[in-house]
Amino acid sequence: MLQVNEHTIMKNGYRLHIINSKKFKTIHFTAKLRTNLDREAITKRALLPFVLQQGTEKYPSSNLFRRALDELYGSVMSIDGAKKGDHHILSIRMEVANQAYLTTEKNILAEGIQFLKEVIFQPKTVNGSFDPKVVEREKQTLAQKIASIIDDKMSYANMRLIDEMCEQESYRFHVHGYPEDLPGIDAENLFEYYQNCLKHDEMDLYLLGDFEGMDVESLVADHFDRTPPSPIPSNERLLKPVHESKEIIEEQMVQQGKLHLGFRTNITFADADYPALQIFNAIFGGFPSSKLFINVREKNSLAYYATSRFESHKGLLFVFSGIDPKEYRKAKQIILEQVEAMQTGDFTEEQITEAKKLVQNQYKETLDDPFGIIEVLFNQTLADTNRTIEEFFGQLNQTTKEELIAVANKLELDTVYFLTAQGGKTDGEKTL
Amino acid sequence: MAKKHYEQLKETVYSETLPNGLRVLLMPKPEMTQTFGIFTTDYGSIDQSFVPINEKDLITVPDGIAHFLEHKLFEKEDHDVFQFFTQRGASANAYTSFTKTAYLFTATSDIAENATTLLDFVQDPYFSDASVEKEKGIIAQEIQMYDDQPDWRAFFGVIDALYHHHPVQIDIAGTVESIQAISKEDLYTCYHTFYHPSNMIFTLTGNFDPDEMMELIRKNQAEKNFEKVETIKRDLPVEPTTVNKKNASIEMPVSISKCMIGIKEEQVKITDTFMAEELMADMLLDYFYSKSGEYYQELYDGDLIDAKFGFESHRQKNFAFSIIGGNTNKPDVFAEKIKQQLASWKTYQLTDEAFLRMKKKKIGEVLREMNSMSDVANQLTHYEMIGFDFFDLLPTLEKLTKDQVNQFLNHWIIEENIAVFQVNPSEQK
Repeated sequence: MLQVNEHTIMKNGYRLHIINSKKFKTIHFTAKLRTNLDREAITKRALLPFVLQQGTEKYPSSNLFRRALDELYGSVMSIDGAKKGDHHILSIRMEVANQAYLTTEKNILAEGIQFLKEVIFQPKTVNGSFDPKVVEREKQTLAQKIASIIDDKMSYANMRLIDEMCEQESYRFHVHGYPEDLPGIDAENLFEYYQNCLKHDEMDLYLLGDFEGMDVESLVADHFDRTPPSPIPSNERLLKPVHESKEIIEEQMVQQGKLHLGFRTNITFADADYPALQIFNAIFGGFPSSKLFINVREKNSLAYYATSRFESHKGLLFVFSGIDPKEYRKAKQIILEQVEAMQTGDFTEEQITEAKKLVQNQYKETLDDPFGIIEVLFNQTLADTNRTIEEFFGQLNQTTKEELIAVANKLELDTVYFLTAQGGKTDGEKTL
Repeated sequence: MAKKHYEQLKETVYSETLPNGLRVLLMPKPEMTQTFGIFTTDYGSIDQSFVPINEKDLITVPDGIAHFLEHKLFEKEDHDVFQFFTQRGASANAYTSFTKTAYLFTATSDIAENATTLLDFVQDPYFSDASVEKEKGIIAQEIQMYDDQPDWRAFFGVIDALYHHHPVQIDIAGTVESIQAISKEDLYTCYHTFYHPSNMIFTLTGNFDPDEMMELIRKNQAEKNFEKVETIKRDLPVEPTTVNKKNASIEMPVSISKCMIGIKEEQVKITDTFMAEELMADMLLDYFYSKSGEYYQELYDGDLIDAKFGFESHRQKNFAFSIIGGNTNKPDVFAEKIKQQLASWKTYQLTDEAFLRMKKKKIGEVLREMNSMSDVANQLTHYEMIGFDFFDLLPTLEKLTKDQVNQFLNHWIIEENIAVFQVNPSEQK
């Protein structure tokens, strides 16, 4: 069941990935446009997903655009931007019903592919650029989205942690952009930038579904062809040594404090010890049975949540916890004790075996989700590895305790960020 | 064991009611790698007043107790149940809603063992004074986390404005104060009353053999003893059809106002048209307020909404309400606009074209939902609990007529069943 039947074809100017799967009652398309993270472009790339969904040449208003999707048996279209390592990726996703479950003469698959193509290559234009009215309205929507990040304290604390932790690196750029850039963006320069993306970004197109007896490649035809772009200049891999870890405490009107810690793993996706990092995280903080949850929440009742997550392409690991503002020192100490426990090998063979199963189970579950499969495959393309899922599972299973201790000792605490209650004293400030 | 094959959707569901009353639903799906199991009791946050098992008098328990009980069921005298699942690489979780408490796992191996653990831990409570006290700290953190979330406050704010007495207005987790009153004895009382097999459903979807699984469940249940019970007596206050407060608001440190419009419906019991009504409410809200909706563009162009605008409809055994709203720069103008739109529904007539498009869209949505083993298991359980079959959703949808939908729409809004709730920015010092 581990086999993912991926067929990759080099087309003109992009890679086409066809994945045949009988698991789902729908068919999935994802186009990925990728380039290096760049401060100059980041706000434009944050705005594009909003503007592109406001209409195409054929369906020139948001309303007509959405109704066309509804007519196509409730097809779903979404566009978003994301950071992976030092790359920015625009994902254009579409999901259409599998014809086999419908009683219609329409060729849903062919119409879906056509629609996707129009969204990417024939957006609505006015006098050779985007519609200025649309761009102004979407700028406002984006501005509002940026302004409301502060209302979601977990995301806000995470953003602030990365601001501080990666202050010298392109990974710090906010994926939703910066309000101060918005006045300088207009329909013309945004359109120009988008044309530039279509010319120079790397493009991957994924099609996933039950294609038995179908020639999907011929349906795609030359719809997505373009002049092959020159390769993206590769970012220097930056292993930033941590000289001294930082501690940032900020106050807002909150009831629950957010204690977030940022570490450097010094391990990324293609590295030989990447499978060991996965196991490490499962023992340390990735699951409810992990050290963080057990010790911060269950043994000490200090938090409702306490968990860790790593960024595979950049080599970062984050610990997140929501705590009583008074418990700052104690919670931080217990979290750091769990890191030390990992570094000194204070975990059992049973925990290792369990962690291996948990990671594999989670991975297999991802393969039961259509967009999950596409993300797994795209991560491989991004890291330029050909590690198959079987190989990856083999490496997970062979991971030893010594390798996990080695991973733990590569971990460096970079930044501690604490968002706490306004005016409230944290226990760090008590004199006794 | 009954076997039902759904030709159009190419799925088969096996079902059986065991001698102790437990209902079992199995939907094998061998293409998938995972199996999702969910064990659900017909007991949620609204079940505040009831006659405890083997007693005569009605009691009312502290707010948040169903959710508290859900937390405590994982903990046994000398171990935590999570570890049994995690040792096998499986993951377990639970949730409490207005009307249900559910315990679940997902696994890609050792399905028989995981299913057994799920059955056994839910049917073997262990509560102690010390562990109940300890849990109060954890749940208080959870409540405070939600208190900081403006969307959650807005959701419960509008429900509170809609209802005078119905316990749906109680926050599912209770309050930091209300949970202090919960004792070990309260938990046992609720447990024995509501966790009887005849009040529960066990559902499994994914990669397993249905015959072996049903046999395992039969044997597991046959080994346990449960007292005979009669129907649980639950008490609900009489709820007026009109709203509690037409307007209410709170202030919070938010960057932008939130405004929610609630529509309350009279819904006291389940009838044959339940599923059709549920579909119609969802489809109509979508028809007017989704991005392709009749009213969306006007709201968007008028800067009355942003990307977080949304709507939802809840329809359960004894209450039904819908909510429309989100972030807005002009909460009062937004509220007036929506109220005008709702008022126009009394005479609104859908066109044939619009009606067909609504149907098509909903078909795609139902198919998409069937991709996820957890969604399917949750939905199978949900409909079974109220006496319907999830797989009747598409046939019910096919049968809907334009006249029926127009009829529903024209009678949806009555005077005085609309409430407005706002979360407005407080002055930050």
